Amino acid sequence: MNKGPVWYIVTFVTIVLIQLLLMNNIQFSGYINPYFYILFIILLPISIPTYLLLIAGFFLGITIDIFSNTPGIHASATVFMSFIRPYVINSYNLEDQEKIKIPSIMNLGIKWFVKYLLIMVLVHHIFLFFIEVFSFSGFLHTLLRCILSSIFTFVFILISQFIVFRK
Amino acid sequence: MKNLLNFLLKFHHIILFILLEVICLTFIIKYNNFQRVKFLNSSNAIAGKVYTDLNTVKEFFNLRRQNEMLAAENKTLREELLTIRAANSNVLTIRQLDSSAVKLIPAKVINNSVNKQYNYITLNKGSLQGIRPDMGIICANGVVGVIVNVSQNYSTALSVLNGRLSINAKLLNTNYFGPLKWEGSNPYLAILSEIPYHVKVQENDEVVTSGYSEIFPEGILIGRVVKVGSSKSENFQEIYVQLSTDFNNLYYVDVIQNSMNSERRQLEKMTEYE
Repeated sequence: MNKGPVWYIVTFVTIVLIQLLLMNNIQFSGYINPYFYILFIILLPISIPTYLLLIAGFFLGITIDIFSNTPGIHASATVFMSFIRPYVINSYNLEDQEKIKIPSIMNLGIKWFVKYLLIMVLVHHIFLFFIEVFSFSGFLHTLLRCILSSIFTFVFILISQFIVFRK
Repeated sequence: MKNLLNFLLKFHHIILFILLEVICLTFIIKYNNFQRVKFLNSSNAIAGKVYTDLNTVKEFFNLRRQNEMLAAENKTLREELLTIRAANSNVLTIRQLDSSAVKLIPAKVINNSVNKQYNYITLNKGSLQGIRPDMGIICANGVVGVIVNVSQNYSTALSVLNGRLSINAKLLNTNYFGPLKWEGSNPYLAILSEIPYHVKVQENDEVVTSGYSEIFPEGILIGRVVKVGSSKSENFQEIYVQLSTDFNNLYYVDVIQNSMNSERRQLEKMTEYE
């Protein structure tokens, strides 16, 4: 199952559109805004070179930024997340890393995927929300917003995985 | 030289990471002087086009609600017109007001948010339609925001729900004025500060624009007082204001084009330097 660049471009556009058209319209009392778009980084193949991963993260973030008037904020969070990703994956000591191409539920099992997803979502959201506020005053308030949004992002991504990768 | 190359190869991902983060931080810091970022925002052509298309779909589902709102507005306007007509027939007109001083440019909101720390609005009119930065935006219910960036056919604006926007407001009953800022999380609440303690403020008092800044003319409704408290450090009251504009439900707005502004600005500049 080797997927060419066209497949990734189509996925990129689809995920960005889902974020802009659906997720940005979900608002509960000003606290929760799920950031579904990070799914693109999560699903990139394990064997991808780090520099490509970072650049992909940068372009994903800057695309979201342009549409939501926040130059740099989403981009810095996605770049940070892409930087952390290889360390998270390596820490699990996958046995046959070469064989597994895409870190999905189907390839790795639900337990592994949930752990991996949770870490990635938290890393991205904590970085994003603190960069957005740009100060540590009101630390707990920001952390609460961050955790609430993380829960929603996590659930949405998990549901999407069950829909797309059905057996 | 060879060592240096080896070093670069070995740590290329860390170097790239730092480089990209620095680029992002430059954007963020530059963006704090938000007028300077001219192109990386949703008033550019591509993003504007996408939002317009998306909006035509969204609009369809809101037609009924918008019709009701327009009908209600029509009713109040007609009532006002009748009262004015009745009053006019009894009064001798002394001075004809220059009716061309303030003009409104109607525009449609094509993007809007209420759940960020710094919320922005995108409008479907731009410099070709006469919109310039620093113009005020109002809607049928009250104040909406201030234009910051303009492209040919689109413009972006700070909404009242943006920590960077402070509006000069006054209490309608007592004429005391002060800056009004968003409260930070509730899209219906703002805080009016710098009102001294001896001023008696009651719930439901109307808060309107003061007309001291050139952006909004005097007397446009902002909201009503819901709670009066004291600020922590200063000798002033802190007044919580329920905003009259529903930012969750914002479709048609008017941009204020005040032709007297340039004259006023010139005069105020002259006095400043003396």
